Amino acid sequence: MANFDERAILKRVFSYILLIALALIILAPFFIGIWTSFLPTMDIAKGNLFSTNLSLDNYVSAFTKTPILRYLLNTVVIATLTMVAQLIFCSMSAYAFVFLKFRFRKTIFALFLVTMMLPFEAEIIPNFATIKHMGLLDNYAALIIPFLTSAFGTFMLRQSFMQTPAELKEAADIEGLNHFQFYWNIVLPYNKISMITLGAYSFLGAWNQYLWPMLTTFSNNSRVIQNGLKQLQSEETFNDWGMIQASAAIIVIPTIIVLFIGQHYFKSGMNEGAVK
Amino acid sequence: MLKTSTTNVVPEKKVEAKQRQGFRLNANDKYYASIFLGPSLLVLTLFVFYPMLKTLYISLFLTNTLGNTTVFTGLDNYVKLISSPDFLSSMSVTLLYVVAVTVLTVSVGLLLANLASQKLPGIGIFRTLYSVTMGVSVAVAAIFWLFIFNPSTGFFALMSGWLNLPVVNWLTSPTNAMWAVIITTVWMNLGFTFLILLGAIQSVPSTLYEAADVEGASSRYQFFKITIPMISPTLFFVSTITIIGAFKSFGLIDLITKGGPTNATNMLVYRIYKDAFYSGNYAKSSTEAIILTVIIAFFTLIQFKFLEKKVNY
Repeated sequence: MANFDERAILKRVFSYILLIALALIILAPFFIGIWTSFLPTMDIAKGNLFSTNLSLDNYVSAFTKTPILRYLLNTVVIATLTMVAQLIFCSMSAYAFVFLKFRFRKTIFALFLVTMMLPFEAEIIPNFATIKHMGLLDNYAALIIPFLTSAFGTFMLRQSFMQTPAELKEAADIEGLNHFQFYWNIVLPYNKISMITLGAYSFLGAWNQYLWPMLTTFSNNSRVIQNGLKQLQSEETFNDWGMIQASAAIIVIPTIIVLFIGQHYFKSGMNEGAVK
Repeated sequence: MLKTSTTNVVPEKKVEAKQRQGFRLNANDKYYASIFLGPSLLVLTLFVFYPMLKTLYISLFLTNTLGNTTVFTGLDNYVKLISSPDFLSSMSVTLLYVVAVTVLTVSVGLLLANLASQKLPGIGIFRTLYSVTMGVSVAVAAIFWLFIFNPSTGFFALMSGWLNLPVVNWLTSPTNAMWAVIITTVWMNLGFTFLILLGAIQSVPSTLYEAADVEGASSRYQFFKITIPMISPTLFFVSTITIIGAFKSFGLIDLITKGGPTNATNMLVYRIYKDAFYSGNYAKSSTEAIILTVIIAFFTLIQFKFLEKKVNY
Protein backbone atom coordinates (compact mmCIF):
# COMPACT_ATOMS: atom_id res chain seq x y z
CA MET A 1 0.00 0.00 0.00
CA ALA A 2 2.77 2.42 0.98
CA ASN A 3 4.52 1.50 -2.23
CA PHE A 4 1.42 2.35 -4.21
CA ASP A 5 1.13 5.77 -2.55
CA GLU A 6 4.74 6.50 -3.28
CA ARG A 7 4.18 5.76 -6.93
CA ALA A 8 1.13 8.02 -7.01
CA ILE A 9 3.09 10.84 -5.40
CA LEU A 10 5.98 10.35 -7.79
CA LYS A 11 3.60 10.46 -10.71
CA ARG A 12 2.11 13.66 -9.39
CA VAL A 13 5.51 15.29 -8.94
CA PHE A 14 6.46 14.27 -12.45
CA SER A 15 3.20 15.78 -13.77
CA TYR A 16 3.92 19.09 -12.07
CA ILE A 17 7.48 19.19 -13.37
CA LEU A 18 6.22 18.60 -16.90
CA LEU A 19 3.42 21.16 -16.51
CA ILE A 20 5.82 23.80 -15.23
CA ALA A 21 8.49 23.09 -17.84
CA LEU A 22 5.98 23.40 -20.68
CA ALA A 23 4.52 26.57 -19.20
CA LEU A 24 8.01 28.08 -19.06
CA ILE A 25 8.69 27.21 -22.70
CA ILE A 26 5.36 28.66 -23.87
CA LEU A 27 5.74 31.81 -21.82
CA ALA A 28 9.46 32.32 -22.56
CA PRO A 29 8.88 34.70 -25.50
CA PHE A 30 6.66 36.85 -23.22
CA PHE A 31 9.14 36.82 -20.36
CA ILE A 32 12.05 37.68 -22.62
CA GLY A 33 10.07 40.35 -24.44
CA ILE A 34 8.69 42.00 -21.33
CA TRP A 35 11.95 41.72 -19.40
CA THR A 36 13.94 43.39 -22.19
CA SER A 37 11.31 46.11 -22.46
CA PHE A 38 12.59 47.36 -19.09
CA LEU A 39 16.25 47.31 -20.14
CA PRO A 40 18.25 50.08 -21.84
CA THR A 41 18.83 49.23 -25.51
CA MET A 42 22.57 49.60 -24.91
CA ASP A 43 22.50 46.65 -22.51
CA ILE A 44 20.40 44.58 -24.89
CA ALA A 45 22.81 45.28 -27.73
CA LYS A 46 25.73 44.16 -25.57
CA GLY A 47 23.90 40.97 -24.69
CA ASN A 48 23.76 42.04 -21.06
CA LEU A 49 20.30 40.63 -20.36
CA PHE A 50 20.94 40.39 -16.62
CA SER A 51 21.46 44.09 -16.37
CA THR A 52 19.90 45.71 -13.33
CA ASN A 53 19.28 49.05 -15.03
CA LEU A 54 15.56 48.42 -15.05
CA SER A 55 13.36 51.39 -15.89
CA LEU A 56 10.20 52.47 -17.68
CA ASP A 57 12.21 54.66 -20.07
CA ASN A 58 11.35 52.48 -23.06
CA TYR A 59 7.66 52.86 -22.31
CA VAL A 60 7.99 56.61 -21.93
CA SER A 61 9.78 56.91 -25.27
CA ALA A 62 7.32 54.53 -26.97
CA PHE A 63 4.47 56.80 -25.88
CA THR A 64 6.20 60.10 -26.54
CA LYS A 65 8.44 59.46 -29.56
CA THR A 66 6.21 57.15 -31.60
CA PRO A 67 2.59 57.47 -32.79
CA ILE A 68 1.66 54.29 -30.93
CA LEU A 69 -1.23 55.95 -29.09
CA ARG A 70 -2.62 57.14 -32.40
CA TYR A 71 -2.30 53.60 -33.80
CA LEU A 72 -4.12 52.26 -30.75
CA LEU A 73 -6.89 54.81 -31.09
CA ASN A 74 -7.32 54.00 -34.80
CA THR A 75 -7.49 50.29 -34.05
CA VAL A 76 -9.93 50.60 -31.16
CA VAL A 77 -12.29 52.78 -33.22
CA ILE A 78 -12.14 50.50 -36.26
CA ALA A 79 -12.50 47.28 -34.27
CA THR A 80 -15.40 48.67 -32.24
CA LEU A 81 -17.28 49.90 -35.30
CA THR A 82 -16.69 46.59 -37.09
CA MET A 83 -17.96 44.71 -34.07
CA VAL A 84 -21.12 46.80 -33.72
CA ALA A 85 -21.85 46.56 -37.45
CA GLN A 86 -21.38 42.79 -37.49
CA LEU A 87 -23.58 42.34 -34.44
CA ILE A 88 -26.35 44.31 -36.13
CA PHE A 89 -26.12 43.00 -39.68
CA CYS A 90 -25.26 39.38 -38.89
CA SER A 91 -28.10 39.12 -36.40
CA MET A 92 -30.50 40.70 -38.89
CA SER A 93 -29.61 38.32 -41.69
CA ALA A 94 -29.65 35.37 -39.28
CA TYR A 95 -33.12 36.48 -38.18
CA ALA A 96 -34.29 36.53 -41.79
CA PHE A 97 -33.08 32.98 -42.37
CA VAL A 98 -34.74 31.64 -39.22
CA PHE A 99 -37.99 33.58 -38.83
CA LEU A 100 -38.94 34.85 -42.28
CA LYS A 101 -40.31 32.93 -45.23
CA PHE A 102 -39.40 34.35 -48.60
CA ARG A 103 -38.53 33.18 -52.07
CA PHE A 104 -34.99 31.89 -52.69
CA ARG A 105 -34.37 31.66 -48.96
CA LYS A 106 -32.51 28.37 -49.35
CA THR A 107 -30.56 29.64 -52.35
CA ILE A 108 -29.50 32.79 -50.56
CA PHE A 109 -28.51 30.81 -47.50
CA ALA A 110 -26.43 28.49 -49.71
CA LEU A 111 -24.73 31.61 -51.09
CA PHE A 112 -23.82 32.65 -47.56
CA LEU A 113 -22.32 29.22 -46.96
CA VAL A 114 -20.34 29.47 -50.19
CA THR A 115 -18.98 32.81 -48.96
CA MET A 116 -17.42 31.03 -46.02
CA MET A 117 -15.34 28.94 -48.40
CA LEU A 118 -13.83 31.93 -50.20
CA PRO A 119 -10.63 33.36 -48.70
CA PHE A 120 -10.51 37.14 -48.45
CA GLU A 121 -6.84 36.96 -49.42
CA ALA A 122 -7.91 35.86 -52.90
CA GLU A 123 -10.14 38.90 -53.40
CA ILE A 124 -7.71 41.67 -52.57
CA ILE A 125 -7.09 42.93 -56.11
CA PRO A 126 -10.70 43.83 -57.04
CA ASN A 127 -11.44 44.94 -53.47
CA PHE A 128 -8.50 47.29 -53.53
CA ALA A 129 -9.80 48.71 -56.82
CA THR A 130 -13.30 49.11 -55.36
CA ILE A 131 -12.06 50.95 -52.28
CA LYS A 132 -9.86 53.14 -54.47
CA HIS A 133 -12.83 53.99 -56.72
CA MET A 134 -14.85 54.92 -53.67
CA GLY A 135 -12.04 57.28 -52.70
CA LEU A 136 -11.65 55.57 -49.35
CA LEU A 137 -7.96 54.70 -49.42
CA ASP A 138 -6.16 55.65 -46.22
CA ASN A 139 -9.48 56.12 -44.46
CA TYR A 140 -11.07 54.27 -41.53
CA ALA A 141 -13.94 53.34 -43.86
CA ALA A 142 -11.61 51.25 -46.02
CA LEU A 143 -11.01 48.97 -43.06
CA ILE A 144 -14.65 48.82 -41.96
CA ILE A 145 -16.91 48.72 -45.01
CA PRO A 146 -15.77 45.34 -46.41
CA PHE A 147 -16.32 43.78 -42.98
CA LEU A 148 -19.71 45.27 -42.08
CA THR A 149 -21.14 41.77 -42.12
CA SER A 150 -19.80 38.24 -42.18
CA ALA A 151 -21.19 34.98 -43.45
CA PHE A 152 -19.60 33.17 -40.54
CA GLY A 153 -21.30 35.45 -38.02
CA THR A 154 -24.63 35.01 -39.77
CA PHE A 155 -24.21 31.25 -39.79
CA MET A 156 -23.24 31.15 -36.12
CA LEU A 157 -26.17 33.30 -35.02
CA ARG A 158 -28.58 31.35 -37.24
CA GLN A 159 -27.61 28.14 -35.46
CA SER A 160 -28.24 29.89 -32.16
CA PHE A 161 -31.51 31.59 -33.20
CA MET A 162 -32.91 28.25 -34.34
CA GLN A 163 -32.81 27.16 -30.69
CA THR A 164 -35.19 29.95 -29.70
CA PRO A 165 -38.29 28.15 -28.29
CA ALA A 166 -41.27 28.17 -30.64
CA GLU A 167 -43.52 29.22 -27.70
CA LEU A 168 -41.75 32.58 -27.64
CA LYS A 169 -42.69 33.18 -31.27
CA GLU A 170 -46.26 32.08 -30.65
CA ALA A 171 -46.53 34.34 -27.61
CA ALA A 172 -45.11 37.21 -29.63
CA ASP A 173 -47.67 36.61 -32.39
CA ILE A 174 -50.48 36.65 -29.86
CA GLU A 175 -49.12 39.86 -28.38
CA GLY A 176 -49.12 41.25 -31.90
CA LEU A 177 -45.39 42.00 -32.01
CA ASN A 178 -44.07 42.74 -35.48
CA HIS A 179 -40.76 41.33 -36.69
CA PHE A 180 -38.72 44.31 -35.55
CA GLN A 181 -40.15 44.10 -32.05
CA PHE A 182 -39.73 40.34 -31.85
CA TYR A 183 -36.14 40.60 -33.14
CA TRP A 184 -35.14 43.39 -30.79
CA ASN A 185 -37.09 42.56 -27.63
CA ILE A 186 -37.04 38.76 -27.65
CA VAL A 187 -34.55 37.16 -30.03
CA LEU A 188 -31.52 39.33 -29.30
CA PRO A 189 -31.78 39.18 -25.48
CA TYR A 190 -32.52 35.47 -25.62
CA ASN A 191 -29.35 34.83 -27.63
CA LYS A 192 -27.16 37.16 -25.60
CA ILE A 193 -24.32 34.66 -25.17
CA SER A 194 -23.97 33.99 -28.89
CA MET A 195 -24.04 37.74 -29.49
CA ILE A 196 -21.23 38.26 -26.96
CA THR A 197 -19.23 35.48 -28.59
CA LEU A 198 -19.66 37.00 -32.03
CA GLY A 199 -18.78 40.41 -30.61
CA ALA A 200 -15.52 39.14 -29.13
CA TYR A 201 -14.76 37.21 -32.31
CA SER A 202 -15.34 40.15 -34.66
CA PHE A 203 -13.47 42.62 -32.44
CA LEU A 204 -10.43 40.35 -32.27
CA GLY A 205 -10.69 39.68 -35.99
CA ALA A 206 -10.54 43.40 -36.76
CA TRP A 207 -7.80 43.93 -34.16
CA ASN A 208 -5.63 41.25 -35.80
CA GLN A 209 -6.12 42.34 -39.42
CA TYR A 210 -2.81 42.72 -41.18
CA LEU A 211 -2.82 42.29 -44.96
CA TRP A 212 -5.83 44.46 -45.81
CA PRO A 213 -4.88 47.50 -43.69
CA MET A 214 -1.34 47.19 -45.03
CA LEU A 215 -2.72 47.60 -48.57
CA THR A 216 -5.26 50.34 -47.92
CA THR A 217 -3.75 52.63 -45.28
CA PHE A 218 -0.44 54.45 -45.43
CA SER A 219 -0.49 57.35 -43.01
CA ASN A 220 -0.45 57.50 -39.25
CA ASN A 221 -3.97 58.97 -39.34
CA SER A 222 -5.48 55.64 -40.25
CA ARG A 223 -2.73 53.07 -39.70
CA VAL A 224 -3.73 50.31 -37.27
CA ILE A 225 -1.58 48.86 -34.54
CA GLN A 226 -0.40 45.68 -36.28
CA ASN A 227 0.98 47.64 -39.21
CA GLY A 228 2.11 50.37 -36.86
CA LEU A 229 4.37 47.94 -35.03
CA LYS A 230 5.93 46.96 -38.33
CA GLN A 231 6.35 50.62 -39.17
CA LEU A 232 8.18 51.21 -35.87
CA GLN A 233 10.46 48.29 -36.61
CA SER A 234 11.36 49.48 -40.07
CA GLU A 235 11.87 53.15 -39.21
CA GLU A 236 14.90 54.71 -37.61
CA THR A 237 14.09 52.83 -34.44
CA PHE A 238 15.16 49.59 -36.08
CA ASN A 239 17.80 48.70 -33.55
CA ASP A 240 16.10 50.23 -30.55
CA TRP A 241 15.05 46.83 -29.26
CA GLY A 242 14.11 48.12 -25.83
CA MET A 243 11.52 50.48 -27.23
CA ILE A 244 10.22 47.94 -29.76
CA GLN A 245 9.71 45.37 -27.01
CA ALA A 246 7.98 48.03 -24.91
CA SER A 247 5.57 48.80 -27.78
CA ALA A 248 4.85 45.09 -28.21
CA ALA A 249 4.20 44.83 -24.47
CA ILE A 250 1.88 47.85 -24.59
CA ILE A 251 -0.20 46.05 -27.21
CA VAL A 252 -0.18 42.57 -25.77
CA ILE A 253 -0.78 43.22 -22.07
CA PRO A 254 -4.30 44.71 -22.45
CA THR A 255 -5.33 41.93 -24.86
CA ILE A 256 -4.23 39.28 -22.41
CA ILE A 257 -6.01 40.95 -19.51
CA VAL A 258 -9.19 41.17 -21.60
CA LEU A 259 -8.74 37.52 -22.52
CA PHE A 260 -8.47 36.42 -18.89
CA ILE A 261 -11.45 38.48 -17.81
CA GLY A 262 -13.31 37.23 -20.89
CA GLN A 263 -12.57 33.60 -20.03
CA HIS A 264 -13.98 34.08 -16.58
CA TYR A 265 -16.99 35.95 -17.93
CA PHE A 266 -17.69 33.32 -20.57
CA LYS A 267 -17.61 30.62 -17.94
CA SER A 268 -20.14 32.37 -15.71
CA GLY A 269 -22.15 33.24 -18.82
CA MET A 270 -22.31 29.57 -19.70
CA ASN A 271 -23.49 28.67 -16.21
CA GLU A 272 -26.13 31.37 -16.33
CA GLY A 273 -27.32 29.97 -19.64
CA ALA A 274 -27.50 26.49 -18.19
CA VAL A 275 -29.56 27.60 -15.19
CA LYS A 276 -31.96 29.51 -17.37
CA MET B 1 -60.16 26.79 -40.03
CA LEU B 2 -60.02 28.72 -43.23
CA LYS B 3 -60.32 25.54 -45.23
CA THR B 4 -63.58 24.45 -43.59
CA SER B 5 -65.18 27.84 -43.98
CA THR B 6 -64.40 27.97 -47.69
CA THR B 7 -65.28 24.38 -48.62
CA ASN B 8 -68.52 25.41 -50.27
CA VAL B 9 -67.13 28.20 -52.34
CA VAL B 10 -66.59 27.52 -56.02
CA PRO B 11 -63.14 26.09 -56.70
CA GLU B 12 -61.88 29.13 -58.60
CA LYS B 13 -62.70 31.46 -55.76
CA LYS B 14 -61.21 29.09 -53.26
CA VAL B 15 -57.90 29.13 -55.08
CA GLU B 16 -58.07 32.87 -55.31
CA ALA B 17 -58.72 33.24 -51.59
CA LYS B 18 -55.90 30.92 -50.75
CA GLN B 19 -53.57 32.73 -53.07
CA ARG B 20 -54.52 36.05 -51.62
CA GLN B 21 -53.87 34.82 -48.10
CA GLY B 22 -50.55 33.28 -49.12
CA PHE B 23 -49.63 36.36 -51.05
CA ARG B 24 -50.37 38.67 -48.18
CA LEU B 25 -48.17 36.67 -45.81
CA ASN B 26 -45.37 36.44 -48.32
CA ALA B 27 -45.52 40.10 -49.16
CA ASN B 28 -45.18 40.95 -45.50
CA ASP B 29 -42.23 38.61 -45.00
CA LYS B 30 -40.72 39.71 -48.28
CA TYR B 31 -40.77 43.29 -47.09
CA TYR B 32 -39.09 42.34 -43.82
CA ALA B 33 -36.65 40.01 -45.56
CA SER B 34 -35.40 42.79 -47.81
CA ILE B 35 -34.74 44.98 -44.78
CA PHE B 36 -33.21 42.26 -42.63
CA LEU B 37 -31.14 40.64 -45.35
CA GLY B 38 -30.51 43.57 -47.67
CA PRO B 39 -27.48 45.16 -45.97
CA SER B 40 -25.60 41.88 -45.57
CA LEU B 41 -26.39 40.78 -49.08
CA LEU B 42 -25.19 44.11 -50.47
CA VAL B 43 -21.88 43.98 -48.60
CA LEU B 44 -21.24 40.35 -49.53
CA THR B 45 -22.08 41.01 -53.16
CA LEU B 46 -19.78 44.00 -53.35
CA PHE B 47 -16.85 42.61 -51.37
CA VAL B 48 -17.05 38.84 -51.84
CA PHE B 49 -19.03 37.69 -54.88
CA TYR B 50 -18.06 40.45 -57.25
CA PRO B 51 -14.30 40.35 -56.42
CA MET B 52 -14.27 36.56 -56.60
CA LEU B 53 -15.86 36.52 -60.06
CA LYS B 54 -13.68 39.41 -61.14
CA THR B 55 -10.55 37.57 -60.00
CA LEU B 56 -11.67 34.49 -61.91
CA TYR B 57 -12.31 36.68 -64.96
CA ILE B 58 -8.91 38.39 -64.79
CA SER B 59 -7.20 35.00 -64.48
CA LEU B 60 -8.44 34.15 -67.99
CA PHE B 61 -6.83 37.22 -69.57
CA LEU B 62 -3.56 39.00 -69.97
CA THR B 63 -3.41 42.30 -68.12
CA ASN B 64 -1.51 45.53 -68.51
CA THR B 65 0.23 47.33 -65.65
CA LEU B 66 -2.97 49.21 -64.80
CA GLY B 67 -4.69 45.94 -64.14
CA ASN B 68 -6.92 46.18 -67.22
CA THR B 69 -7.57 42.99 -69.11
CA THR B 70 -6.17 42.94 -72.66
CA VAL B 71 -6.17 39.56 -74.42
CA PHE B 72 -8.38 36.58 -73.58
CA THR B 73 -6.11 33.58 -73.14
CA GLY B 74 -8.39 30.98 -71.61
CA LEU B 75 -6.58 28.69 -69.23
CA ASP B 76 -3.16 29.81 -70.47
CA ASN B 77 -2.29 31.51 -67.20
CA TYR B 78 -2.99 28.32 -65.29
CA VAL B 79 -0.93 26.19 -67.65
CA LYS B 80 1.94 28.67 -67.47
CA LEU B 81 1.77 28.82 -63.70
CA ILE B 82 1.61 25.10 -63.12
CA SER B 83 4.58 24.53 -65.42
CA SER B 84 6.67 27.29 -63.86
CA PRO B 85 9.40 25.91 -61.53
CA ASP B 86 9.21 29.12 -59.55
CA PHE B 87 5.55 28.61 -58.71
CA LEU B 88 6.00 24.91 -58.07
CA SER B 89 8.76 25.55 -55.58
CA SER B 90 6.51 28.10 -53.92
CA MET B 91 3.74 25.53 -53.70
CA SER B 92 6.03 22.91 -52.21
CA VAL B 93 7.28 25.44 -49.66
CA THR B 94 3.66 26.21 -48.79
CA LEU B 95 2.79 22.54 -48.45
CA LEU B 96 5.81 21.84 -46.25
CA TYR B 97 4.83 24.76 -44.06
CA VAL B 98 1.18 23.67 -43.84
CA VAL B 99 2.06 20.08 -42.96
CA ALA B 100 4.70 21.04 -40.38
CA VAL B 101 2.47 23.67 -38.76
CA THR B 102 -0.54 21.36 -38.61
CA VAL B 103 1.29 18.31 -37.28
CA LEU B 104 3.14 20.34 -34.64
CA THR B 105 0.17 22.48 -33.60
CA VAL B 106 -2.17 19.53 -33.17
CA SER B 107 0.31 17.18 -31.48
CA VAL B 108 1.72 19.76 -29.06
CA GLY B 109 -1.79 21.08 -28.41
CA LEU B 110 -2.94 17.55 -27.65
CA LEU B 111 -0.01 16.96 -25.31
CA LEU B 112 -0.78 20.16 -23.41
CA ALA B 113 -4.52 19.48 -23.29
CA ASN B 114 -4.01 15.93 -22.03
CA LEU B 115 -1.62 17.12 -19.32
CA ALA B 116 -3.89 19.95 -18.26
CA SER B 117 -6.98 17.75 -18.15
CA GLN B 118 -5.63 15.98 -15.04
CA LYS B 119 -7.43 16.73 -11.82
CA LEU B 120 -4.61 18.27 -9.81
CA PRO B 121 -4.61 21.15 -7.34
CA GLY B 122 -3.75 24.41 -9.13
CA ILE B 123 -4.33 22.95 -12.60
CA GLY B 124 -6.47 25.98 -13.46
CA ILE B 125 -3.35 28.16 -13.48
CA PHE B 126 -1.74 25.97 -16.12
CA ARG B 127 -4.90 25.95 -18.21
CA THR B 128 -4.85 29.74 -18.23
CA LEU B 129 -1.12 29.94 -18.98
CA TYR B 130 -1.34 27.47 -21.86
CA SER B 131 -4.09 29.46 -23.55
CA VAL B 132 -2.24 32.75 -23.28
CA THR B 133 -0.99 32.90 -26.88
CA MET B 134 -4.59 33.37 -27.98
CA GLY B 135 -4.15 37.01 -27.03
CA VAL B 136 -1.13 37.52 -29.24
CA SER B 137 -1.42 39.13 -32.66
CA VAL B 138 0.94 38.55 -35.58
CA ALA B 139 2.89 41.75 -35.09
CA VAL B 140 3.53 41.09 -31.40
CA ALA B 141 4.46 37.45 -32.02
CA ALA B 142 6.82 38.54 -34.79
CA ILE B 143 8.56 41.09 -32.52
CA PHE B 144 9.00 38.65 -29.65
CA TRP B 145 10.40 35.94 -31.89
CA LEU B 146 12.47 38.26 -34.08
CA PHE B 147 14.31 39.24 -30.95
CA ILE B 148 14.81 35.60 -30.03
CA PHE B 149 16.07 34.73 -33.54
CA ASN B 150 18.20 37.88 -33.97
CA PRO B 151 21.71 36.68 -34.94
CA SER B 152 23.68 39.31 -33.01
CA THR B 153 21.69 40.32 -29.94
CA GLY B 154 18.99 37.67 -29.95
CA PHE B 155 18.17 35.26 -27.18
CA PHE B 156 19.13 32.12 -29.11
CA ALA B 157 22.45 33.73 -30.10
CA LEU B 158 23.12 34.59 -26.45
CA MET B 159 22.23 31.10 -25.35
CA SER B 160 24.62 29.62 -27.91
CA GLY B 161 27.28 31.93 -26.46
CA TRP B 162 26.62 30.75 -22.90
CA LEU B 163 26.71 27.12 -23.99
CA ASN B 164 29.67 27.61 -26.34
CA LEU B 165 27.65 26.40 -29.29
CA PRO B 166 27.90 27.80 -32.82
CA VAL B 167 25.35 30.55 -33.53
CA VAL B 168 22.57 29.40 -35.84
CA ASN B 169 21.65 31.80 -38.62
CA TRP B 170 17.95 31.61 -38.07
CA LEU B 171 16.88 34.16 -40.62
CA THR B 172 19.58 34.03 -43.29
CA SER B 173 19.63 30.31 -44.05
CA PRO B 174 16.67 29.16 -46.20
CA THR B 175 15.90 26.03 -44.14
CA ASN B 176 16.24 27.78 -40.79
CA ALA B 177 14.16 30.75 -41.88
CA MET B 178 11.38 28.33 -42.75
CA TRP B 179 11.65 26.79 -39.29
CA ALA B 180 11.63 30.22 -37.72
CA VAL B 181 8.29 30.95 -39.38
CA ILE B 182 6.93 27.50 -38.51
CA ILE B 183 7.92 27.79 -34.84
CA THR B 184 6.36 31.24 -34.52
CA THR B 185 3.15 30.10 -36.22
CA VAL B 186 2.82 27.00 -34.03
CA TRP B 187 3.43 29.09 -30.93
CA MET B 188 0.67 31.50 -31.96
CA ASN B 189 -1.73 28.64 -32.78
CA LEU B 190 -1.19 26.76 -29.53
CA GLY B 191 -3.51 28.75 -27.25
CA PHE B 192 -6.61 28.24 -29.36
CA THR B 193 -5.87 24.61 -30.23
CA PHE B 194 -5.14 23.81 -26.59
CA LEU B 195 -8.45 25.29 -25.40
CA ILE B 196 -10.53 23.45 -27.98
CA LEU B 197 -8.83 20.11 -27.32
CA LEU B 198 -9.01 20.57 -23.55
CA GLY B 199 -12.77 21.12 -23.86
CA ALA B 200 -13.08 17.95 -25.90
CA ILE B 201 -11.04 15.84 -23.46
CA GLN B 202 -13.02 17.16 -20.52
CA SER B 203 -16.28 16.14 -22.15
CA VAL B 204 -15.23 12.48 -22.48
CA PRO B 205 -17.48 10.61 -19.99
CA SER B 206 -15.40 9.89 -16.88
CA THR B 207 -17.08 6.48 -16.54
CA LEU B 208 -14.95 5.26 -19.44
CA TYR B 209 -11.75 6.05 -17.55
CA GLU B 210 -13.16 4.64 -14.30
CA ALA B 211 -13.94 1.36 -16.04
CA ALA B 212 -10.44 1.30 -17.52
CA ASP B 213 -8.96 1.97 -14.09
CA VAL B 214 -10.85 -1.00 -12.69
CA GLU B 215 -9.44 -3.11 -15.52
CA GLY B 216 -6.00 -1.86 -14.56
CA ALA B 217 -5.32 -0.20 -17.95
CA SER B 218 -2.21 2.02 -18.06
CA SER B 219 -2.64 5.75 -18.64
CA ARG B 220 -0.88 5.40 -22.00
CA TYR B 221 -3.39 2.74 -22.99
CA GLN B 222 -6.24 4.96 -21.81
CA PHE B 223 -4.90 7.88 -23.82
CA PHE B 224 -4.68 5.95 -27.08
CA LYS B 225 -7.73 3.72 -26.65
CA ILE B 226 -10.17 6.11 -24.97
CA THR B 227 -9.11 9.75 -25.26
CA ILE B 228 -7.96 9.79 -28.89
CA PRO B 229 -10.96 7.90 -30.35
CA MET B 230 -13.42 9.89 -28.25
CA ILE B 231 -12.06 13.29 -29.30
CA SER B 232 -11.32 12.36 -32.92
CA PRO B 233 -14.07 14.67 -34.26
CA THR B 234 -12.47 17.61 -32.46
CA LEU B 235 -8.99 16.56 -33.61
CA PHE B 236 -10.31 16.59 -37.14
CA PHE B 237 -11.90 20.00 -36.60
CA VAL B 238 -8.74 21.66 -35.25
CA SER B 239 -6.66 20.04 -38.00
CA THR B 240 -8.77 21.48 -40.81
CA ILE B 241 -8.91 24.89 -39.10
CA THR B 242 -5.12 24.85 -38.77
CA ILE B 243 -4.63 23.74 -42.38
CA ILE B 244 -6.89 26.53 -43.67
CA GLY B 245 -5.15 29.11 -41.49
CA ALA B 246 -1.70 27.94 -42.58
CA PHE B 247 -2.57 28.14 -46.28
CA LYS B 248 -3.68 31.75 -45.73
CA SER B 249 -0.57 32.77 -43.75
CA PHE B 250 0.72 36.19 -44.64
CA GLY B 251 1.45 38.44 -41.67
CA LEU B 252 4.20 36.42 -40.02
CA ILE B 253 5.95 35.85 -43.33
CA ASP B 254 5.87 39.52 -44.17
CA LEU B 255 7.14 40.44 -40.71
CA ILE B 256 9.78 37.76 -40.18
CA THR B 257 11.27 36.79 -43.55
CA LYS B 258 9.55 38.79 -46.32
CA GLY B 259 9.37 35.58 -48.31
CA GLY B 260 13.14 35.18 -48.25
CA PRO B 261 15.89 34.25 -48.10
CA THR B 262 15.95 33.35 -51.82
CA ASN B 263 12.20 32.71 -51.85
CA ALA B 264 12.55 29.98 -49.20
CA THR B 265 9.40 31.21 -47.44
CA ASN B 266 7.63 32.76 -50.44
CA MET B 267 4.27 31.11 -49.80
CA LEU B 268 1.05 31.32 -51.77
CA VAL B 269 -0.60 34.40 -50.25
CA TYR B 270 2.70 36.27 -50.14
CA ARG B 271 3.08 35.55 -53.86
CA ILE B 272 -0.44 36.77 -54.60
CA TYR B 273 0.38 40.00 -52.81
CA LYS B 274 3.79 40.54 -54.41
CA ASP B 275 2.75 39.62 -57.94
CA ALA B 276 -0.10 42.12 -57.79
CA PHE B 277 1.18 44.98 -55.68
CA TYR B 278 4.92 44.84 -56.45
CA SER B 279 5.19 43.44 -59.95
CA GLY B 280 1.84 44.64 -61.26
CA ASN B 281 1.24 41.23 -62.80
CA TYR B 282 -2.47 41.11 -62.03
CA ALA B 283 -3.27 38.17 -64.28
CA LYS B 284 -0.67 35.97 -62.60
CA SER B 285 -1.71 37.11 -59.15
CA SER B 286 -5.39 36.42 -59.91
CA THR B 287 -4.54 32.96 -61.20
CA GLU B 288 -2.71 32.22 -57.97
CA ALA B 289 -5.65 33.63 -56.01
CA ILE B 290 -8.02 31.22 -57.75
CA ILE B 291 -5.72 28.31 -56.93
CA LEU B 292 -5.73 29.43 -53.29
CA THR B 293 -9.53 29.64 -53.40
CA VAL B 294 -9.83 26.10 -54.73
CA ILE B 295 -7.58 24.79 -51.95
CA ILE B 296 -9.40 26.67 -49.19
CA ALA B 297 -12.82 25.77 -50.58
CA PHE B 298 -11.81 22.11 -50.65
CA PHE B 299 -10.81 22.02 -46.98
CA THR B 300 -13.79 24.12 -45.89
CA LEU B 301 -16.10 21.76 -47.75
CA ILE B 302 -14.59 18.78 -45.97
CA GLN B 303 -15.24 20.56 -42.72
CA PHE B 304 -18.85 21.36 -43.66
CA LYS B 305 -19.49 17.76 -44.68
CA PHE B 306 -18.05 16.65 -41.42
CA LEU B 307 -20.06 19.05 -39.28
CA GLU B 308 -23.19 17.98 -41.12
CA LYS B 309 -22.44 14.35 -40.32
CA LYS B 310 -21.80 15.17 -36.71
CA VAL B 311 -25.07 17.08 -36.44
CA ASN B 312 -27.00 14.20 -37.99
CA TYR B 313 -25.25 11.79 -35.74
